[in-house]
Amino acid sequence: MGLSARPADTPARADTAGSGESWVATRLDFLVNWGRAGSLWPMPFGTACCAIEFMATAASRFDLARFGMERMSFSPRQADVLICAGRVPFKLAPVLRRIWQQMPQPKWCISMGACASSGGMFDNYAVVQGIDTIIPVDVYVPGCPPRPEGLLYGILMLQEKVKRERMSDTSLRNEMDPDPKSGLYIPPAAIDELSEPFGNSVHQTRSGL
Amino acid sequence: MSAPFSVVLPGSAAPGPAPATPRHLPNRGGPANPSADALRARFEGGITRVEVIWGETNVYVDRALLFDVVQWLHDDASQRYDYLSDVTAVEYRDPEQPLEVVWHLRSLPYRRFLRVKVELPKDGTTLLEVPSVWSVYKGADWLERECYDMFGIRFVGHPDLRRILMWEQYHEGYPLRKDFPLRGRFGRAEQLRQALAANPEARYSMEELTVAQAFEDLPEAMRARLQTGERTGE
Repeated sequence: MGLSARPADTPARADTAGSGESWVATRLDFLVNWGRAGSLWPMPFGTACCAIEFMATAASRFDLARFGMERMSFSPRQADVLICAGRVPFKLAPVLRRIWQQMPQPKWCISMGACASSGGMFDNYAVVQGIDTIIPVDVYVPGCPPRPEGLLYGILMLQEKVKRERMSDTSLRNEMDPDPKSGLYIPPAAIDELSEPFGNSVHQTRSGL
Repeated sequence: MSAPFSVVLPGSAAPGPAPATPRHLPNRGGPANPSADALRARFEGGITRVEVIWGETNVYVDRALLFDVVQWLHDDASQRYDYLSDVTAVEYRDPEQPLEVVWHLRSLPYRRFLRVKVELPKDGTTLLEVPSVWSVYKGADWLERECYDMFGIRFVGHPDLRRILMWEQYHEGYPLRKDFPLRGRFGRAEQLRQALAANPEARYSMEELTVAQAFEDLPEAMRARLQTGERTGE
Protein backbone atom coordinates (compact mmCIF):
# COMPACT_ATOMS: atom_id res chain seq x y z
CA MET A 1 0.00 0.00 0.00
CA GLY A 2 0.97 3.61 -0.16
CA LEU A 3 2.87 5.42 -2.86
CA SER A 4 5.52 2.79 -3.16
CA ALA A 5 6.43 1.37 -6.52
CA ARG A 6 4.38 -1.37 -8.14
CA PRO A 7 5.39 -4.95 -7.49
CA ALA A 8 8.16 -6.08 -9.76
CA ASP A 9 6.01 -8.64 -11.54
CA THR A 10 3.34 -6.12 -12.53
CA PRO A 11 3.83 -5.22 -16.17
CA ALA A 12 2.83 -1.63 -15.56
CA ARG A 13 5.13 -0.03 -18.07
CA ALA A 14 5.48 -2.84 -20.49
CA ASP A 15 1.84 -2.86 -21.64
CA THR A 16 1.67 0.91 -21.97
CA ALA A 17 5.00 1.29 -23.69
CA GLY A 18 3.69 0.56 -27.16
CA SER A 19 0.39 2.42 -26.84
CA GLY A 20 1.86 5.85 -27.28
CA GLU A 21 0.80 7.12 -23.86
CA SER A 22 2.98 9.76 -22.37
CA TRP A 23 4.81 9.52 -19.11
CA VAL A 24 2.36 12.04 -17.61
CA ALA A 25 -0.66 9.92 -18.53
CA THR A 26 0.76 6.78 -17.00
CA ARG A 27 1.75 8.62 -13.84
CA LEU A 28 -1.70 10.17 -13.62
CA ASP A 29 -3.21 6.72 -14.08
CA PHE A 30 -1.11 5.51 -11.23
CA LEU A 31 -2.25 8.32 -8.97
CA VAL A 32 -5.94 8.01 -9.85
CA ASN A 33 -5.91 4.25 -9.52
CA TRP A 34 -4.10 4.46 -6.24
CA GLY A 35 -6.76 6.83 -4.98
CA ARG A 36 -9.64 4.71 -6.23
CA ALA A 37 -8.26 1.42 -4.99
CA GLY A 38 -7.66 2.88 -1.57
CA SER A 39 -11.13 4.33 -1.11
CA LEU A 40 -13.59 1.82 -2.47
CA TRP A 41 -16.98 2.32 -0.89
CA PRO A 42 -18.85 -0.96 -0.66
CA MET A 43 -22.57 -1.35 -1.12
CA PRO A 44 -23.43 -4.35 1.05
CA PHE A 45 -26.11 -6.52 -0.50
CA GLY A 46 -26.35 -9.12 2.23
CA THR A 47 -29.11 -11.69 1.93
CA ALA A 48 -27.90 -14.65 3.97
CA CYS A 49 -25.17 -16.04 6.20
CA CYS A 50 -22.39 -14.56 4.05
CA ALA A 51 -23.56 -11.17 5.30
CA ILE A 52 -22.66 -12.23 8.83
CA GLU A 53 -19.10 -12.94 7.70
CA PHE A 54 -19.14 -9.65 5.86
CA MET A 55 -20.10 -7.89 9.09
CA ALA A 56 -17.27 -9.68 10.84
CA THR A 57 -14.93 -8.45 8.11
CA ALA A 58 -16.07 -4.91 8.65
CA ALA A 59 -15.80 -5.13 12.43
CA SER A 60 -12.73 -4.41 14.48
CA ARG A 61 -10.97 -7.78 14.40
CA PHE A 62 -10.51 -7.88 10.62
CA ASP A 63 -11.11 -4.19 10.10
CA LEU A 64 -12.10 -3.46 6.54
CA ALA A 65 -11.16 0.17 7.22
CA ARG A 66 -7.50 -0.76 6.69
CA PHE A 67 -8.27 -0.95 2.98
CA GLY A 68 -10.21 2.27 2.75
CA MET A 69 -13.62 0.59 2.89
CA GLU A 70 -14.80 1.72 6.29
CA ARG A 71 -17.63 3.69 4.79
CA MET A 72 -20.50 1.32 4.01
CA SER A 73 -22.63 2.97 1.41
CA PHE A 74 -26.20 1.91 1.93
CA SER A 75 -27.23 4.02 -1.03
CA PRO A 76 -26.12 2.59 -4.37
CA ARG A 77 -25.65 6.10 -5.73
CA GLN A 78 -22.60 6.70 -3.56
CA ALA A 79 -21.14 3.21 -3.86
CA ASP A 80 -18.19 1.85 -5.81
CA VAL A 81 -18.32 -1.87 -5.08
CA LEU A 82 -21.41 -4.02 -4.87
CA ILE A 83 -20.67 -6.89 -2.50
CA CYS A 84 -23.39 -9.48 -3.01
CA ALA A 85 -23.23 -11.68 0.09
CA GLY A 86 -25.69 -14.54 0.05
CA ARG A 87 -28.15 -16.33 -2.16
CA VAL A 88 -30.36 -14.35 -4.48
CA PRO A 89 -33.82 -15.73 -5.22
CA PHE A 90 -35.42 -15.04 -8.57
CA LYS A 91 -37.82 -12.64 -6.92
CA LEU A 92 -34.85 -10.50 -5.87
CA ALA A 93 -33.21 -10.57 -9.31
CA PRO A 94 -34.88 -7.39 -10.63
CA VAL A 95 -34.02 -5.62 -7.38
CA LEU A 96 -30.35 -6.53 -7.62
CA ARG A 97 -30.31 -5.51 -11.26
CA ARG A 98 -31.89 -2.15 -10.36
CA ILE A 99 -29.36 -1.50 -7.59
CA TRP A 100 -26.50 -2.27 -9.96
CA GLN A 101 -27.90 0.11 -12.56
CA GLN A 102 -28.25 2.83 -9.95
CA MET A 103 -24.56 2.72 -9.09
CA PRO A 104 -22.48 5.31 -10.96
CA GLN A 105 -19.37 4.44 -12.94
CA PRO A 106 -16.71 3.44 -12.11
CA LYS A 107 -18.18 0.45 -10.30
CA TRP A 108 -17.18 -3.07 -9.51
CA CYS A 109 -18.90 -6.13 -8.12
CA ILE A 110 -17.74 -8.84 -5.74
CA SER A 111 -19.74 -12.04 -5.62
CA MET A 112 -19.21 -13.36 -2.12
CA GLY A 113 -19.75 -17.02 -1.35
CA ALA A 114 -20.87 -20.11 -3.20
CA CYS A 115 -24.55 -19.15 -3.47
CA ALA A 116 -23.96 -15.75 -5.03
CA SER A 117 -21.34 -17.16 -7.38
CA SER A 118 -23.10 -20.30 -8.56
CA GLY A 119 -26.31 -20.90 -6.65
CA GLY A 120 -24.37 -23.13 -4.28
CA MET A 121 -26.36 -25.96 -2.80
CA PHE A 122 -29.64 -24.32 -3.78
CA ASP A 123 -30.04 -25.90 -7.19
CA ASN A 124 -33.80 -25.41 -7.14
CA TYR A 125 -36.65 -23.48 -8.69
CA ALA A 126 -36.26 -20.35 -6.58
CA VAL A 127 -32.58 -19.40 -6.53
CA VAL A 128 -30.54 -17.61 -9.19
CA GLN A 129 -27.66 -19.82 -10.31
CA GLY A 130 -24.94 -17.21 -9.97
CA ILE A 131 -25.45 -13.46 -9.96
CA ASP A 132 -23.19 -13.14 -12.99
CA THR A 133 -26.31 -14.04 -14.94
CA ILE A 134 -27.88 -10.78 -13.72
CA ILE A 135 -24.98 -8.34 -13.38
CA PRO A 136 -21.31 -8.36 -14.40
CA VAL A 137 -19.03 -9.65 -11.65
CA ASP A 138 -15.36 -8.75 -11.15
CA VAL A 139 -14.25 -10.98 -8.29
CA TYR A 140 -15.72 -14.27 -7.06
CA VAL A 141 -14.94 -15.24 -3.48
CA PRO A 142 -15.43 -18.97 -2.89
CA GLY A 143 -16.54 -20.42 0.43
CA CYS A 144 -19.70 -21.33 2.28
CA PRO A 145 -19.48 -18.79 3.77
CA PRO A 146 -15.99 -17.42 3.08
CA ARG A 147 -13.87 -16.52 6.07
CA PRO A 148 -13.20 -12.80 6.46
CA GLU A 149 -9.68 -13.48 5.25
CA GLY A 150 -11.18 -14.83 2.05
CA LEU A 151 -13.24 -11.72 1.50
CA LEU A 152 -10.21 -9.55 2.27
CA TYR A 153 -8.22 -11.49 -0.31
CA GLY A 154 -10.97 -10.90 -2.84
CA ILE A 155 -10.96 -7.20 -2.03
CA LEU A 156 -7.19 -7.06 -2.45
CA MET A 157 -7.56 -8.77 -5.81
CA LEU A 158 -10.13 -6.18 -6.79
CA GLN A 159 -7.73 -3.44 -5.75
CA GLU A 160 -5.09 -5.02 -7.98
CA LYS A 161 -7.58 -4.95 -10.83
CA VAL A 162 -8.37 -1.30 -10.17
CA LYS A 163 -4.68 -0.43 -10.12
CA ARG A 164 -4.16 -1.90 -13.57
CA GLU A 165 -6.79 0.22 -15.29
CA ARG A 166 -5.79 2.91 -17.74
CA MET A 167 -7.65 6.08 -18.56
CA SER A 168 -6.87 5.65 -22.22
CA ASP A 169 -8.91 2.45 -22.25
CA THR A 170 -12.40 3.95 -22.27
CA SER A 171 -14.10 0.60 -22.69
CA LEU A 172 -13.63 0.00 -18.98
CA ARG A 173 -16.02 2.83 -18.21
CA ASN A 174 -18.76 1.94 -20.65
CA GLU A 175 -21.94 0.86 -18.96
CA MET A 176 -22.56 -2.71 -20.02
CA ASP A 177 -26.03 -2.98 -21.43
CA PRO A 178 -27.84 -6.30 -21.32
CA ASP A 179 -28.97 -7.84 -24.56
CA PRO A 180 -32.26 -6.09 -25.36
CA LYS A 181 -33.91 -9.28 -26.55
CA SER A 182 -33.20 -11.54 -23.60
CA GLY A 183 -32.45 -8.88 -20.98
CA LEU A 184 -29.34 -10.82 -19.98
CA TYR A 185 -25.61 -10.17 -20.12
CA ILE A 186 -24.74 -13.74 -21.01
CA PRO A 187 -26.34 -15.56 -23.96
CA PRO A 188 -29.30 -17.65 -22.74
CA ALA A 189 -27.80 -20.81 -24.19
CA ALA A 190 -24.66 -20.30 -22.11
CA ILE A 191 -26.72 -19.81 -18.95
CA ASP A 192 -28.67 -22.99 -19.62
CA GLU A 193 -25.48 -24.90 -20.23
CA LEU A 194 -23.70 -23.55 -17.16
CA SER A 195 -26.70 -24.23 -14.93
CA GLU A 196 -26.98 -27.86 -15.88
CA PRO A 197 -26.88 -30.08 -12.81
CA PHE A 198 -23.52 -31.59 -12.04
CA GLY A 199 -21.98 -33.78 -9.35
CA ASN A 200 -24.44 -35.21 -6.87
CA SER A 201 -27.34 -33.12 -8.04
CA VAL A 202 -27.49 -35.15 -11.26
CA HIS A 203 -29.05 -37.90 -9.22
CA GLN A 204 -31.87 -35.80 -7.87
CA THR A 205 -35.18 -36.82 -9.30
CA ARG A 206 -36.64 -34.21 -11.55
CA SER A 207 -40.29 -35.04 -11.03
CA GLY A 208 -40.34 -36.73 -7.64
CA LEU A 209 -42.53 -39.50 -8.98
CA MET B 1 -65.35 -3.64 19.10
CA SER B 2 -63.89 -4.20 22.53
CA ALA B 3 -64.51 -7.93 22.61
CA PRO B 4 -61.64 -8.98 20.25
CA PHE B 5 -59.14 -7.33 22.53
CA SER B 6 -60.28 -8.75 25.86
CA VAL B 7 -57.33 -10.41 27.52
CA VAL B 8 -57.45 -14.20 27.72
CA LEU B 9 -54.91 -15.83 29.96
CA PRO B 10 -53.75 -19.28 28.87
CA GLY B 11 -55.56 -21.95 30.83
CA SER B 12 -57.95 -19.48 32.43
CA ALA B 13 -61.01 -21.47 31.40
CA ALA B 14 -59.68 -24.80 32.66
CA PRO B 15 -57.90 -24.14 35.94
CA GLY B 16 -55.75 -26.97 37.12
CA PRO B 17 -52.18 -27.95 37.61
CA ALA B 18 -49.56 -26.24 35.52
CA PRO B 19 -48.94 -28.04 32.22
CA ALA B 20 -45.99 -30.36 32.13
CA THR B 21 -44.18 -31.89 29.20
CA PRO B 22 -45.81 -35.27 28.55
CA ARG B 23 -43.48 -38.24 28.54
CA HIS B 24 -43.61 -41.66 26.89
CA LEU B 25 -46.26 -40.71 24.37
CA PRO B 26 -47.45 -43.56 22.17
CA ASN B 27 -47.09 -43.21 18.44
CA ARG B 28 -50.76 -43.88 17.91
CA GLY B 29 -53.59 -43.88 20.36
CA GLY B 30 -53.96 -42.35 23.75
CA PRO B 31 -56.40 -39.85 25.15
CA ALA B 32 -57.88 -37.63 22.47
CA ASN B 33 -58.52 -33.96 22.76
CA PRO B 34 -61.97 -33.51 24.40
CA SER B 35 -62.89 -31.25 21.51
CA ALA B 36 -62.92 -34.28 19.22
CA ASP B 37 -65.82 -35.87 21.09
CA ALA B 38 -67.59 -32.55 21.25
CA LEU B 39 -67.21 -32.21 17.50
CA ARG B 40 -68.58 -35.71 16.96
CA ALA B 41 -71.59 -34.92 19.11
CA ARG B 42 -72.18 -31.66 17.27
CA PHE B 43 -71.47 -32.58 13.65
CA GLU B 44 -71.85 -36.39 13.64
CA GLY B 45 -71.30 -37.45 10.01
CA GLY B 46 -69.26 -34.38 9.20
CA ILE B 47 -66.34 -35.77 11.19
CA THR B 48 -64.82 -38.50 9.02
CA ARG B 49 -62.36 -39.88 11.56
CA VAL B 50 -60.26 -38.93 14.55
CA GLU B 51 -56.65 -39.96 15.06
CA VAL B 52 -54.33 -39.43 17.98
CA ILE B 53 -50.70 -39.37 16.91
CA TRP B 54 -47.93 -38.59 19.37
CA GLY B 55 -50.53 -37.25 21.75
CA GLU B 56 -51.94 -34.78 19.25
CA THR B 57 -55.42 -35.09 17.84
CA ASN B 58 -56.15 -35.00 14.13
CA VAL B 59 -59.76 -34.48 13.15
CA TYR B 60 -60.71 -35.24 9.55
CA VAL B 61 -63.60 -33.09 8.48
CA ASP B 62 -65.89 -33.18 5.49
CA ARG B 63 -65.00 -30.35 3.17
CA ALA B 64 -68.53 -28.95 3.04
CA LEU B 65 -68.66 -28.61 6.81
CA LEU B 66 -65.16 -27.27 7.35
CA PHE B 67 -66.15 -23.66 7.75
CA ASP B 68 -68.94 -24.48 10.21
CA VAL B 69 -66.58 -26.68 12.22
CA VAL B 70 -63.91 -24.00 12.46
CA GLN B 71 -66.42 -21.30 13.30
CA TRP B 72 -68.02 -23.45 15.97
CA LEU B 73 -64.62 -24.26 17.48
CA HIS B 74 -63.85 -20.55 17.55
CA ASP B 75 -67.17 -19.31 18.91
CA ASP B 76 -68.41 -22.01 21.24
CA ALA B 77 -67.86 -21.20 24.90
CA SER B 78 -66.77 -24.76 25.63
CA GLN B 79 -64.05 -24.71 22.93
CA ARG B 80 -62.79 -21.15 22.34
CA TYR B 81 -60.09 -21.93 19.79
CA ASP B 82 -58.95 -18.35 19.54
CA TYR B 83 -55.63 -18.83 17.76
CA LEU B 84 -55.03 -20.18 14.28
CA SER B 85 -51.35 -20.96 14.19
CA ASP B 86 -51.01 -22.43 10.72
CA VAL B 87 -52.78 -23.31 7.50
CA THR B 88 -50.86 -25.64 5.26
CA ALA B 89 -51.25 -28.68 3.08
CA VAL B 90 -49.68 -32.11 2.73
CA GLU B 91 -49.20 -34.07 -0.45
CA TYR B 92 -47.97 -37.63 -0.16
CA ARG B 93 -45.76 -39.38 -2.65
CA ASP B 94 -48.32 -42.12 -3.02
CA PRO B 95 -50.69 -40.88 -5.75
CA GLU B 96 -53.48 -42.93 -4.20
CA GLN B 97 -53.41 -40.90 -1.03
CA PRO B 98 -55.44 -37.72 -1.01
CA LEU B 99 -53.99 -34.27 -0.65
CA GLU B 100 -54.66 -32.87 2.81
CA VAL B 101 -55.27 -29.30 3.88
CA VAL B 102 -54.37 -28.76 7.52
CA TRP B 103 -55.48 -26.16 10.02
CA HIS B 104 -53.64 -25.89 13.33
CA LEU B 105 -55.93 -24.51 15.98
CA ARG B 106 -55.01 -23.60 19.51
CA SER B 107 -57.29 -22.77 22.41
CA LEU B 108 -55.49 -20.51 24.84
CA PRO B 109 -58.21 -20.55 27.53
CA TYR B 110 -58.43 -24.36 27.59
CA ARG B 111 -54.79 -25.08 26.69
CA ARG B 112 -55.77 -27.32 23.81
CA PHE B 113 -54.29 -28.01 20.42
CA LEU B 114 -56.32 -29.43 17.58
CA ARG B 115 -55.35 -30.31 14.04
CA VAL B 116 -58.20 -30.16 11.57
CA LYS B 117 -57.74 -31.80 8.19
CA VAL B 118 -59.71 -31.92 4.97
CA GLU B 119 -58.91 -34.58 2.41
CA LEU B 120 -58.99 -33.73 -1.29
CA PRO B 121 -58.72 -36.90 -3.41
CA LYS B 122 -56.33 -36.68 -6.33
CA ASP B 123 -58.69 -38.42 -8.73
CA GLY B 124 -58.78 -35.53 -11.15
CA THR B 125 -62.42 -34.79 -10.56
CA THR B 126 -62.16 -33.10 -7.16
CA LEU B 127 -61.47 -29.41 -7.38
CA LEU B 128 -58.72 -28.24 -5.06
CA GLU B 129 -61.05 -25.88 -3.26
CA VAL B 130 -61.73 -25.44 0.41
CA PRO B 131 -63.61 -22.69 2.23
CA SER B 132 -61.54 -19.83 3.57
CA VAL B 133 -61.59 -19.22 7.32
CA TRP B 134 -60.51 -15.63 6.86
CA SER B 135 -63.81 -14.31 8.20
CA VAL B 136 -63.18 -16.16 11.47
CA TYR B 137 -59.44 -15.64 11.81
CA LYS B 138 -58.06 -12.56 10.06
CA GLY B 139 -54.60 -14.07 10.46
CA ALA B 140 -55.53 -16.72 7.91
CA ASP B 141 -55.07 -14.17 5.14
CA TRP B 142 -51.38 -14.66 4.43
CA LEU B 143 -51.38 -18.30 5.55
CA GLU B 144 -53.97 -19.16 2.94
CA ARG B 145 -52.15 -17.12 0.33
CA GLU B 146 -48.98 -19.09 1.02
CA CYS B 147 -50.86 -22.37 0.82
CA TYR B 148 -52.37 -21.27 -2.48
CA ASP B 149 -48.96 -20.19 -3.75
CA MET B 150 -47.20 -23.44 -2.89
CA PHE B 151 -49.97 -26.01 -3.44
CA GLY B 152 -52.51 -24.34 -5.70
CA ILE B 153 -55.38 -24.85 -3.31
CA ARG B 154 -58.07 -22.23 -3.79
CA PHE B 155 -59.61 -20.84 -0.64
CA VAL B 156 -63.14 -19.84 -1.51
CA GLY B 157 -64.08 -16.62 0.22
CA HIS B 158 -60.56 -15.29 0.65
CA PRO B 159 -60.56 -11.53 0.00
CA ASP B 160 -57.29 -11.33 -1.94
CA LEU B 161 -56.08 -14.73 -3.06
CA ARG B 162 -52.84 -14.21 -4.98
CA ARG B 163 -49.29 -15.43 -4.73
CA ILE B 164 -47.27 -14.32 -1.74
CA LEU B 165 -43.82 -15.96 -1.94
CA MET B 166 -43.35 -16.27 -5.67
CA TRP B 167 -43.92 -13.22 -7.80
CA GLU B 168 -47.35 -12.74 -9.23
CA GLN B 169 -46.52 -13.40 -12.86
CA TYR B 170 -45.02 -16.76 -11.88
CA HIS B 171 -46.76 -19.40 -13.91
CA GLU B 172 -44.53 -22.45 -13.70
CA GLY B 173 -46.94 -24.07 -11.30
CA TYR B 174 -47.10 -24.75 -7.60
CA PRO B 175 -43.63 -25.56 -6.23
CA LEU B 176 -44.49 -27.86 -3.33
CA ARG B 177 -46.64 -30.20 -5.39
CA LYS B 178 -45.12 -33.60 -6.03
CA ASP B 179 -45.36 -33.28 -9.79
CA PHE B 180 -43.32 -30.07 -9.71
CA PRO B 181 -39.70 -30.60 -10.78
CA LEU B 182 -37.15 -29.43 -8.25
CA ARG B 183 -35.55 -26.99 -10.67
CA GLY B 184 -38.80 -25.69 -12.05
CA ARG B 185 -40.37 -26.35 -15.40
CA PHE B 186 -38.53 -23.79 -17.50
CA GLY B 187 -34.86 -23.51 -18.37
CA ARG B 188 -32.63 -21.30 -16.27
CA ALA B 189 -32.35 -18.56 -18.88
CA GLU B 190 -36.11 -18.46 -19.35
CA GLN B 191 -36.64 -18.32 -15.58
CA LEU B 192 -34.19 -15.43 -15.36
CA ARG B 193 -35.80 -13.59 -18.23
CA GLN B 194 -39.23 -13.86 -16.62
CA ALA B 195 -37.93 -12.90 -13.20
CA LEU B 196 -36.14 -9.84 -14.56
CA ALA B 197 -39.20 -8.84 -16.53
CA ALA B 198 -41.19 -8.62 -13.31
CA ASN B 199 -41.40 -5.05 -12.12
CA PRO B 200 -41.94 -5.21 -8.36
CA GLU B 201 -42.77 -1.55 -8.05
CA ALA B 202 -45.60 -1.76 -10.53
CA ARG B 203 -47.71 -3.80 -8.16
CA TYR B 204 -46.53 -3.10 -4.64
CA SER B 205 -46.93 0.40 -3.30
CA MET B 206 -46.28 2.06 0.01
CA GLU B 207 -50.02 2.48 0.42
CA GLU B 208 -50.29 -1.26 0.56
CA LEU B 209 -47.90 -1.35 3.48
CA THR B 210 -49.60 1.34 5.51
CA VAL B 211 -51.21 0.65 8.85
CA ALA B 212 -53.42 3.71 8.73
CA GLN B 213 -56.45 1.65 7.76
CA ALA B 214 -56.03 -0.52 10.83
CA PHE B 215 -56.22 2.52 13.07
CA GLU B 216 -59.99 2.38 13.41
CA ASP B 217 -59.81 -1.19 14.67
CA LEU B 218 -57.52 -0.36 17.55
CA PRO B 219 -58.95 -0.18 21.07
CA GLU B 220 -60.07 3.19 22.33
CA ALA B 221 -57.25 3.67 24.81
CA MET B 222 -54.60 2.91 22.22
CA ARG B 223 -56.16 5.27 19.69
CA ALA B 224 -56.20 8.08 22.22
CA ARG B 225 -52.57 7.45 23.05
CA LEU B 226 -51.51 7.43 19.42
CA GLN B 227 -53.48 10.57 18.65
CA THR B 228 -51.64 12.54 21.31
CA GLY B 229 -48.37 11.32 19.88
CA GLU B 230 -47.38 9.40 22.98
CA ARG B 231 -44.83 6.67 22.37
CA THR B 232 -44.53 3.62 24.54
CA GLY B 233 -42.10 0.80 24.71
CA GLU B 234 -39.07 2.80 23.65
